Amino acid sequence: MKRSTQILLKTLTWIACLSPFLLLVYQAITNNLGPDPTAKITLTTGYNALLLLIISLAITPLRTLFPRLSWLIKFRRLLGLFAFFYASLHLATYIALYMNFDLSVFKTDITKRRFIIMGFAAWTLLLPLAATSTTWAIRKLGGKRWNRLHKLVYLAAVCGIIHYWWQVKPGVLSPMRLTIALALLLLARPVLTYIKSRKTRAVAVP
Amino acid sequence: MLIRKPSDIPSSEITSQTQHDLFMGRRRFLRNAISGAVVAGAAATGADRIAEVLSPRIGALAAGKLQTVPSRLTTTGETLTSLQDITHYNNFYEFGVQKDEPSANAAHLPTRPWTVKVDGKVKTPRTFDIDALLKLRPLEDRVYRHRCVEAWSMVIPWIGYSLSEFIKVCDPLPSAKFVQFLSYYDSKVEKWASQSAIAWPYTEGLRMDEAMHPLTLLTFGLYGDVLPNQDGAPIRIVVPWKYGFKSAKSIVTVRFLDKMPPTTWNEQGPNEYGFYSNVNPNVDHPRWSQKTERRIGQAFYAQRKTTLMFNGYGEQVASLYNGMDLKKNY
Repeated sequence: MKRSTQILLKTLTWIACLSPFLLLVYQAITNNLGPDPTAKITLTTGYNALLLLIISLAITPLRTLFPRLSWLIKFRRLLGLFAFFYASLHLATYIALYMNFDLSVFKTDITKRRFIIMGFAAWTLLLPLAATSTTWAIRKLGGKRWNRLHKLVYLAAVCGIIHYWWQVKPGVLSPMRLTIALALLLLARPVLTYIKSRKTRAVAVP
Repeated sequence: MLIRKPSDIPSSEITSQTQHDLFMGRRRFLRNAISGAVVAGAAATGADRIAEVLSPRIGALAAGKLQTVPSRLTTTGETLTSLQDITHYNNFYEFGVQKDEPSANAAHLPTRPWTVKVDGKVKTPRTFDIDALLKLRPLEDRVYRHRCVEAWSMVIPWIGYSLSEFIKVCDPLPSAKFVQFLSYYDSKVEKWASQSAIAWPYTEGLRMDEAMHPLTLLTFGLYGDVLPNQDGAPIRIVVPWKYGFKSAKSIVTVRFLDKMPPTTWNEQGPNEYGFYSNVNPNVDHPRWSQKTERRIGQAFYAQRKTTLMFNGYGEQVASLYNGMDLKKNY
């Protein structure tokens, strides 16, 4: 890919990833967050964290399926970091607007409420991944160890989806679309590995 | 079929400039136009009766506004939630799960003709027409706090009369210990109901003494006008000391029973939604604290408020639960 195309695509990705946040800021300043601003901020940040995490998980299967798209790897770190950015905003919203900076509230929530436990687990799992996202950290850890560590992203995404299901009322199916997307992407990995191994064997035998 | 032309709309309806009419005008126009068409269709069976049937009915419908009297049971000292928020932040899952979906979809609810069937433990089962119910007792203005189990709250100027007045007319048998309310359900109209895995129609219930309490309101309107569809038109109940889901919307059946009826959310999640579901800051929802609430329509940093026992109506209703363990009977 040409360098100029790459810069253009990177810029567009930045704009797309930032736009939900900028829209929230704009709506907050203009007092336009709707009837329930607290819920709006919480839902927007949480939903986009999960969405970006799931999009970032689509890159590896896409590259396996279409080798011509291998350049997509250049976007994975950006998407992952933006997912972490929204997850952190989501956590900050909880701390400020639900917990009200009251540690005793957090103590009850983190011991009693399973959807809080699961959401906090998801954010905690993303933390080391964000911290080791620099090129320097990859070099320092070594590719193999870095890869093994970053397998945690699957667990984080699953925790995030469970957190979403446990947050909505029983019978409400709004997390369904993201759940199906994540399930397909997780399933695609062993399936693609299997297909690939059969192909290489087919080539290797004669 | 005759359909009302725009020129038939009274000019008062077009030119009114209050905030209320700005928000309501178009929806009410659509609703009235539809009702007009229905009445016209019915009347068309006897051509000579068209004029007789059409003019008074449409006149009454187009008037829209409800005549009300003040009530000493109204709540004072609260800032009213705006009509915009009351009509665009709704839980009415038959019209979609998201808060802004009912306002977009509930226009399909056919609120005329409408009847309410009364059966079960009553002397004589009866069916009431909505227009008869509107005239049964003087309509009162009652401002109530409204606290949702999801920990948000509003202050709403409802219009109606005490449910007890209606129950007296229904003449239940002494064996009637509970009242069940069934909401309108038509999967063709409420296509969005299938978004959630819930057994429709929506059903709610009250103990007889709760239903007879003067605060329990048989509700026909809000903000001076008939109920917007998304708020439970044309008839609903409002039980201000209980979480909002206890206040069934768009009621088509009132059933008197000798035992506790099944209720929708209790069946969905018995550990989360009890039959009583009184507003109680001391009993957490399993997934969140009920100590505080978010007042709708405030800035994000100003929303948090302390939740009051029985939503602030303890003085009037606490005696209903004397000797009951409210932690067990949540």
